[in-house]
Amino acid sequence: MAENQFYVDSEKLSSSALKKKHELEQNPASRTNHMEYEEGMERIDSDIMTKVLYEMEHYHYEEYTESDVQIALSKETCTIEDLKALLSPAAQPYLEQMAVKAKQETSRHFGNTVYMFTPLYLANYCENYCVYCGFNCYNDIIRKQLTQEEIEKEMKIIADSGMEEILLLTGESRVKSNIEYIGEACKTAKKYFRNIGLEIYPVNSDEYRYLHECGADYVTVFQETYHADKYESLHLMGHKRVFPYRFEAQERALKGGMRGVAFSALLGLADFRKDALATALHAYYLQRKYPYAEYSLSCPRLRPIVNNDKINPLDVHESQLCQIICAYRIFLPFVGITVSSRESKQFRDGIVKIAATKVSAGVSTGIGDHESKYIGEEEGETGDEQFEIADSRSFGQMYQELSEEGLQPVINDYVYVQK
Amino acid sequence: MVQINGEVQDVAGMKLEDYLKENDYVPDHIAIGWNEEILPKEEYATKFFCDGDIVEIVGFVGGGAA
Amino acid sequence: MKKTDTFKLGEKEFSSRFILGSGKYSMNLIEAAIKNAGAEMITLAVRRMNTKQQENILDYIPDNVTLLPNTSGARDAKEAVFIAKMAREIGCGNFVKVEIMRDSKYLLPDNSETVKATEMLVKEGFVVLPYMYPDLYTARDLVNAGAAAVMPLASPIGSNKGLATKDFIQILVDEIDLPIIVDAGIGKPSEACAAMEMGAAAIMANTALATAGDIPAMAEAFKHAITAGRKAYLAGLGRVLERGAAASDPLTGFLRD
Repeated sequence: MAENQFYVDSEKLSSSALKKKHELEQNPASRTNHMEYEEGMERIDSDIMTKVLYEMEHYHYEEYTESDVQIALSKETCTIEDLKALLSPAAQPYLEQMAVKAKQETSRHFGNTVYMFTPLYLANYCENYCVYCGFNCYNDIIRKQLTQEEIEKEMKIIADSGMEEILLLTGESRVKSNIEYIGEACKTAKKYFRNIGLEIYPVNSDEYRYLHECGADYVTVFQETYHADKYESLHLMGHKRVFPYRFEAQERALKGGMRGVAFSALLGLADFRKDALATALHAYYLQRKYPYAEYSLSCPRLRPIVNNDKINPLDVHESQLCQIICAYRIFLPFVGITVSSRESKQFRDGIVKIAATKVSAGVSTGIGDHESKYIGEEEGETGDEQFEIADSRSFGQMYQELSEEGLQPVINDYVYVQK
Repeated sequence: MVQINGEVQDVAGMKLEDYLKENDYVPDHIAIGWNEEILPKEEYATKFFCDGDIVEIVGFVGGGAA
Repeated sequence: MKKTDTFKLGEKEFSSRFILGSGKYSMNLIEAAIKNAGAEMITLAVRRMNTKQQENILDYIPDNVTLLPNTSGARDAKEAVFIAKMAREIGCGNFVKVEIMRDSKYLLPDNSETVKATEMLVKEGFVVLPYMYPDLYTARDLVNAGAAAVMPLASPIGSNKGLATKDFIQILVDEIDLPIIVDAGIGKPSEACAAMEMGAAAIMANTALATAGDIPAMAEAFKHAITAGRKAYLAGLGRVLERGAAASDPLTGFLRD
């Protein structure tokens, strides 16, 4: 099977930095134990990771047959076994039937609504070396962190476009983007938005509680891949390297009082069928333990980044992505499913009619460039983006186009209540 | 006077064990509530009725009318 | 599929999924009913014992059958705990079926008192099987309280009306990680079978037998129905063909690769 070539050296790196980078890439023994918590990382009492990894390891998708898929499609309740059938290669010829069933489930739970939000990147500083990510600490990109004034300026511009939910993102630098910095950003966001989501480095439950008190309500953490060994080979350095601490982030967020959590594997990094299974089960088991919380799944595929335009999602083509999203919907009819601007306009327009319930609009994955993108005014220095986006429609455009397709755009979905 | 299963009986001062024997109670088939406390089986042999005691002698009957 | 299909309550494994009630029929039929039902567990009530009683129900129950005393007659958690402790003092194990009714007309279980009683009894070391109205929140509370199983009613007790609460029992089967034992209201073997097909762990029946023409024969009919339903559940029900045409406009036409 083809593999992505992730490693890119920059001429700007010092010889010692380069040496360390190569050592990390080539010598697994030079890396830390990815299953070991670092000091200060909270450990919670939870068996969810064990359950998810067990199911994933024992998932042999080639064993499922067309008849398993037919049975899964005819059932009212989709079991874990049915999900496994729907994610298997045997289900590929049933994509249209899966889409029909997924659409029924979506309309039963969501009607024709589609929820809209926009991400705001506060910073792109990062302490991790994740080989596929544009923000990784060895990648030669323009780094920037917005000041609180700049944050407010960007938020005003976004809010003026009509958007009511914002997703705040940072690179994973606890030093540059500390909790207080993010907390202040949440407080500012509360002035301009109804709902605030966070996609930041995983933190302890008391820190999630603080951020919730500052106004945040939803926490998204991508596990990227649930294959611990593969994870180890992709996240070579930094806090993110600690697999179990990342896995338990959503549970800590709920313990911290957050209303909802989101999950994702980055499709294309590893065996996507197993990763999709693990993602769905991660949400499934957590929902059983915390039934009052809200859940959503994202389904990003690998994208090209600054300095490496060759990165691609390998065997996860649009039809595999569609299969995964339909399986998610049939297994977890009640969860939100987000399809980001990594995907094309054509794909997003098609999938919101089947299963997706959340879309981003007016997206920039760069730092501090909303003014230029939204109102055409050039700003000062901006930071480079995390990945290339494929659908650059503005909020207004998206709103109008969804409405024209007979869908009902929703821009805020609930009332923030401090817990 | 002692109240046993709702009936007032003149057995104050009598040994519980003797009362059970006299009335064909099988210790293995019963439990005894003594003034709203449960009387452990090993105390059956040493317990005497006192004036004012309220005693419930229970056992299993058919039940579970689902 | 596992070779031996058993389920666990407390520390005990059961292979029979038919819990027999012993109410409303004569003692001399109990032995035959147990035998024909293949039952490994039987429910009993605790009552005042009369003097000079000649026969005792325990004499009719084989030793290998687990006794499940119920707390019938209890109107709140405190009374249920007392009755359970009395039952345990008789000396036949630590299983108890919590049954708390505060309505003498419909005999519906009081869910909130049941949760309280379950908490208290688990702390006292009982294996607790609470009888309840099929409500998801109550079932979760019972899980958290440490119950060994959850026993939702199918329809009002003694009514033989069958699976009136079917959809809600299905929710419990889907959401609760404990055996779901369908209790009360099952009137016919076919209804017991349907509940097992849905994924119930076991069935508890009493009135359906007690009011049958031939009690031991009906016990056997229930046994077969429960076994059949269980096998169907494990085998995985086949697909049901939908009637009607598919959408003419394909939903997946937009995919490029």
